[in-house]
Amino acid sequence: MSLLEIRNLDVRHGLLQAVRGVDLSVEKGETIALVGANGAGKTTLLRAIAGAHLPAGGNVRFGGTDITLVPSHSRVGLGIALVPEGRRLFSQMTVEENLILARSAGRKGPWTLDRVFEAFPNLVPRRKAKAGNLSGGEQQATAIGRALMTNPEILLLDEVSLGLSPLAVDRVYASLDTLIHGGTTIVLVEQDLRRAMRVADRIVCMLEGKIVLEGKRGEITREQVSEAYFGLGIAKGRLSA
Amino acid sequence: MMIWVNQIVQGILLGGYYAVIACGLSFMFSVMRMINLAHGSLAIVAAFALYVLADQYGFNPFSALILVLPAMAVLGWVLQRTILERSQRGGMLVPILSTFGLSIVLDNLLFEQFGADTRSLAPFIDELSYDSWTITDDLYIGKLAALTFVAAVVILGGLQLFLTRTQLGRSIRATAEDPDTVGLIGINAKRVNAAAAAIALVTVGIAGAFLGMRATFDAYAGGPQLIFAFEAAVIGGAGSLWGTLIGGIVLGVAQSLGAQISPQGFLITGHIVFLAVLFGRLHLDTIGTKFRKTVRRSA
Repeated sequence: MSLLEIRNLDVRHGLLQAVRGVDLSVEKGETIALVGANGAGKTTLLRAIAGAHLPAGGNVRFGGTDITLVPSHSRVGLGIALVPEGRRLFSQMTVEENLILARSAGRKGPWTLDRVFEAFPNLVPRRKAKAGNLSGGEQQATAIGRALMTNPEILLLDEVSLGLSPLAVDRVYASLDTLIHGGTTIVLVEQDLRRAMRVADRIVCMLEGKIVLEGKRGEITREQVSEAYFGLGIAKGRLSA
Repeated sequence: MMIWVNQIVQGILLGGYYAVIACGLSFMFSVMRMINLAHGSLAIVAAFALYVLADQYGFNPFSALILVLPAMAVLGWVLQRTILERSQRGGMLVPILSTFGLSIVLDNLLFEQFGADTRSLAPFIDELSYDSWTITDDLYIGKLAALTFVAAVVILGGLQLFLTRTQLGRSIRATAEDPDTVGLIGINAKRVNAAAAAIALVTVGIAGAFLGMRATFDAYAGGPQLIFAFEAAVIGGAGSLWGTLIGGIVLGVAQSLGAQISPQGFLITGHIVFLAVLFGRLHLDTIGTKFRKTVRRSA
């Protein structure tokens, strides 16, 4: 049984249908990269998994239980954490307060305040600084740390490299590496195809709300992904690995 | 000379009272982004509850608070879940209308129950209502006024500590800043807001107690109280807790000095200071920009 199973999921923003009939299973310990052009529905799909946006149809099962209509705060308690696009830190509060807040879910596990500061040593001197005054890289580290503080079983990362310098992106991915190899289940949205294909076990490409290509790393080529990305290879049908 | 010192001292103490009645309003605005126009009426509800307990059941108003404050907290929770939360979904203005409606309902229910007689809690607190310490021949400090001021500092300080040191307090601040994102870290925004409303109404209950002890009230006394609370909150910077104390003091001092200048100056000076601060706030930015531009041009 998969950790996360999405069946025939439809998500709407008013009249706009952002996610159309998506099926996706995520196995425990897997890292999946979600790629696709702007507006392909990647963020909406992640938000629907996290419960921040309730779907119009289909269902989401997590660890065997149906969570389609469970609100986001309860999903955190079940072990789903989302690092939202744009980081969404509480800018008026300190780094430490941002992290401590994530204890509210009440999930016990390996991630504590000390452990987060160990994983992101660049945050240690900024412990008491307001989150709004941090650099982009520090903010992203705080956002990831905040999600980890909920001790998730699955971590959803939405465009963690957005707005960061290449150097900061490297740092963020260096710290993610430990998570990826440590067996945390991760679904990440990444615009940088090269990077996505390097870190993920499986690549899922979305176009106009649908999954158009899905394949294990090594089994699909960059060219195939690029074609799917721009909708050039639709005639060839969905390639499943 | 001494008379002015006296007026300033009395004004500061009066400011403590205004801070007590404004703090619930300011807390609700800063935490839930909601202007609660039923604030004054709810304080009167608490005052009447204390009055009934004191008059019919022989409670001392201070010990009656042990019953009234939890009741106010429950009332806050219920109000949030039944009226405020729903109206807030309709945008910024709907809560103003719905709380205005609520205040009319409360005022008239009180009027129906208690009639037009004015009442006071002063008879139930014995000499505390009029006793004072003599500082000099011209300067007396009322014990109740001093107690009110201390209460203001304790309530505002306590709220400040609560917001920074406890998990619920931090959750309240985070929910105020970004109600959508708190869900993603496991915080139930609805429950947090209901708890915040409960806390706000506890402070409203305390405000009702001091209002009843220092003066008289009737069913329609909520409106004027709301005006003073509103003015203190705006002068101090709406949503800032210590600012509320400063706002209350500025308002109180302005009113006392105004009363010394002219017997009718009490209210008018308070309103003038309030309007001056309000317009100053609105135009300070433009004045500042203009000033900087002029400096740059001449440089």
